[in-house]
Amino acid sequence: MPVREQTVTPELVAEHGLGEQEHAKIKEILGREMTFTELGIFSVMWSEHCSYKNSILMLKTLPRSGPALLVEAGEENAGVVDIGDGRAVVFKIESHNHPSAVEPYQGAATGVGGILRDIFTMGARPIAALNSLRFGNPEDPKVRYLLDGVVRGIGDYGNSFGVPTVGGEVYFEDAYTHNCLVNAMAVGIVRTDRIARAVASVVDSPVYVVGSRTGRDGIHGATFASEELTEKSEARRPAVQIGDPFTEKLLLEATLEMIKDDLIVGIQDMGAAGITCSCSETAFSGGQGIEIDIAHVPVREEGMIPYETLLSESQERMLVIVKIGKEDEVKALFEKWGLQAAKIGKVVSGGRFKVYENGELKSDIPAESLALGGGTPVYKREEKRPARLDDTQNFDFSTIPVPDDPLEILSTLIATPNIASKQWVYRQYDGMVRTNTAINSGSDAAVVRIRKTKTALAMCTDGNGRYCWLNPRRGAQIAVAEAARNLACTWARPLAVTNCLNFGNPYKPEMYFMFAECVRGMGEACRKFDTPVTGGNVSFYNEDPDRAVYPTPTIGMVGMIDDVKYITTQWFKNEGDAIVLLGTNRNDLGGSEYLKTIHGKITGDAPYLNLDEAKRLGELIVAAIKAGLVHSAHDVSDGGLAVCLAECCITNPYDLFGCTIDLKSDIRADSLWFGEAQSRVVLSVEPKKLERLQKLADKYKIEFAKIGEVTRGQFELAGVGTLDPAALQTAYYSTLPELMSRIG
Amino acid sequence: MKFGVVTFPGSNCDYDAFTAVRDIVRQPVEFLWHGDADLKGCDLIILPGGFAYGDYLRAGAIARFSPVMKSVIDFANSGGLVWGICNGFQVLLEAGLLPGAMLKNRSLQFSCRQVYLRTENTTAPYTRHLEPGTILEIPIAHSEGNYYAPVKILDELEASGRVAFRYCSADGQLGDQFNPNGSARHIAGILNENGNVLGMMPHPERAVETILGSADGCRLFDSVVKSITAGSAKSISDQARVA
Repeated sequence: MPVREQTVTPELVAEHGLGEQEHAKIKEILGREMTFTELGIFSVMWSEHCSYKNSILMLKTLPRSGPALLVEAGEENAGVVDIGDGRAVVFKIESHNHPSAVEPYQGAATGVGGILRDIFTMGARPIAALNSLRFGNPEDPKVRYLLDGVVRGIGDYGNSFGVPTVGGEVYFEDAYTHNCLVNAMAVGIVRTDRIARAVASVVDSPVYVVGSRTGRDGIHGATFASEELTEKSEARRPAVQIGDPFTEKLLLEATLEMIKDDLIVGIQDMGAAGITCSCSETAFSGGQGIEIDIAHVPVREEGMIPYETLLSESQERMLVIVKIGKEDEVKALFEKWGLQAAKIGKVVSGGRFKVYENGELKSDIPAESLALGGGTPVYKREEKRPARLDDTQNFDFSTIPVPDDPLEILSTLIATPNIASKQWVYRQYDGMVRTNTAINSGSDAAVVRIRKTKTALAMCTDGNGRYCWLNPRRGAQIAVAEAARNLACTWARPLAVTNCLNFGNPYKPEMYFMFAECVRGMGEACRKFDTPVTGGNVSFYNEDPDRAVYPTPTIGMVGMIDDVKYITTQWFKNEGDAIVLLGTNRNDLGGSEYLKTIHGKITGDAPYLNLDEAKRLGELIVAAIKAGLVHSAHDVSDGGLAVCLAECCITNPYDLFGCTIDLKSDIRADSLWFGEAQSRVVLSVEPKKLERLQKLADKYKIEFAKIGEVTRGQFELAGVGTLDPAALQTAYYSTLPELMSRIG
Repeated sequence: MKFGVVTFPGSNCDYDAFTAVRDIVRQPVEFLWHGDADLKGCDLIILPGGFAYGDYLRAGAIARFSPVMKSVIDFANSGGLVWGICNGFQVLLEAGLLPGAMLKNRSLQFSCRQVYLRTENTTAPYTRHLEPGTILEIPIAHSEGNYYAPVKILDELEASGRVAFRYCSADGQLGDQFNPNGSARHIAGILNENGNVLGMMPHPERAVETILGSADGCRLFDSVVKSITAGSAKSISDQARVA
């Protein structure tokens, strides 16, 4: 639906989501009332999505520096970490929750497209994609429709673009029924001498828009993402962009060639708020201004007014600040790849972002007042600790009966959608293209080798809405610690973190408390693991009239593997290996999948975590693998120790094992088998190496226990009983396919 | 022996095929641009996987009209070796160099996974140095790999030994449960009448190093290089396994 020019009134300003004080401040900045075009610009640039106005103060408390960081959080489109050999890794995670909730296929697809552009706009070639997804109960057909659409969208975009989607996570909780979460992460590699920057720093440099034509799709996407979902949100479907991975592939190749040939001053991808955001941010970063004539932007549709062209979020576009004298080369390069490249303006001094239409001035705003880190509003919101936390954290677990048959419970848990294999999902993703994938989805973390070196990168996404809802600070710490533990199990040492913070309405003090606590917890954990936060994204307003999502900080972590020969997977490999548990079992059922599935309760405190112990455990695993003591390493997480052991037996792609477990403990049987106390890992080890491993564990002050043996027989818990591992395997792999083949 | 790898704008396995040949097979290799009709004197042309021109219409439907394909068709018709992998197989079908068509996978989903192939033909250059029935572990990654042809053509393919590979179990059994996409008679790859054109959905270039999960794809590269250079090449697969 075309937008018409309108007279700016206080009512219209309010409809654009700007508060009275914000309106007054804008008038002060401009010295006059806004034009209609300017109202559009301010409304998107001062929206939560672009300005981070309610989160930036908290984000600044995160550790953002480290010796290997080449670009710090917030300076560029993504963080850049030196990995030696003249290379750096560039990575970031971002949400596309709101669009996916109303149009799952395109919402998810363009989420992937957007994060890939963030990576290659810096000159890096994407080498891997990951994701983190949250949905409601899959018994609900609407939820299955969302899951199906989201997975297809992620798959179709990444598969066609040619990036391997190597990992991720999927969880189902009622809190996400109307607000699914779709967080997409991308990882790229760049030569350190070819890192491109998002700056318009040289006056008179020509400014180009390249890639797709600009249409009416996605107008006000950023504003849409900055409000709660309601029944009216369906009407926002036109605010969802349409993805074209083929064009993105062409844009990737053209962009990397342009950077390699040294043709540009700066470049920024067009995501939220399109031309407006890319022009104002590059101008501000470059310390200059930009003047464009909107009539020169190649458009898809007739009659678009400047307001529409400026706010369009049409995909697969970049803003390029071309070096003076290199215009012909840029044009020839884009012609080779069959893409548009149109000059729309130039860099000017004076720091203003001016928009003309056929020479007529439509907007004239100081770029600084629009840019994050410049003059956009910054708010500190009120925090209030929810009273419910007193109830849940003091929950009396003696009211929960200890079940008689742990094996029956294991059979149930292994087939719950949260624990069952996500193979139905990840087989729809090409995880192998570019032929560097050493560990694909289905182990603790993915591993992608770096060609022409001995090294590889390990990567994973981790989040836990339930724990954060029960204890936001520790829940966020656990997300970081689990990511680090997942990486350690592959033999990686953590490098850095990107994060996606998914929360409800920040104007509600209890929600803001959970947001602030999560950020504090994440910061504490990241400091402990020496993993600076290189960037990320905040998504508020994941809320509908009924409820908000669980506070869900998603951690994307990347780690370094110095030699590919040490890469380790989670599954058992040899009959006769000893099974070792590293870490301490605790009476700890809070927030567990067991408590939810078997007893129908989501309560208690988040599980036990000691950050020092977590760090030592990671170092121990890495040392043990390097010493040649370990055949497999698997993190104990959802479903606890029993589920972890079952997964070790049944997830080897080439083999199926049983085990005999003999474990004595004073703690409740259900805590022992299904509690989710943190900092525990199950290893399989050649028996003659047990002594060396034990000594190493002592050195790192981590509890060591030989708890059993890998067999070709049953899954046996001594003194309890046995299960057929083939039956466990069938249940584990068939749950999601059966759910998703259900009609109605 | 010189390999050529065609790059359509939406090819995304061109680099994988290129590096497999350069780094593992260790033979000369060049990229061939889709807009350029020159095959640069290559002995074997690989049409790689990907989404040639986006494939929003039908996989391979536009690629057959590209300048490079006119040359590839002439080259194939004069006996030149042309190897279509995944999207390359789809292009060969659209170009009429091989019979039949691709339907959507039985699951109606994209499917990426390791599969087993049973080698059915051992006379073509690609398979001449394999034992009949050799089982290869090679991954697939496609949404349109459900091979279809009329019964008469399927019978002809079988009768003339032009079924190159079938999907099977790890020990060579045939069955629907081992067929990942529903293809007719479990067909994973077929040859033209002269055996110089091979189309296959699985990706041998993704199975050339043990770190990638399998090095069985080397067996095919090995065979074709041996067939052309007549015994001068060492066993590539052995080299790769060691590497």
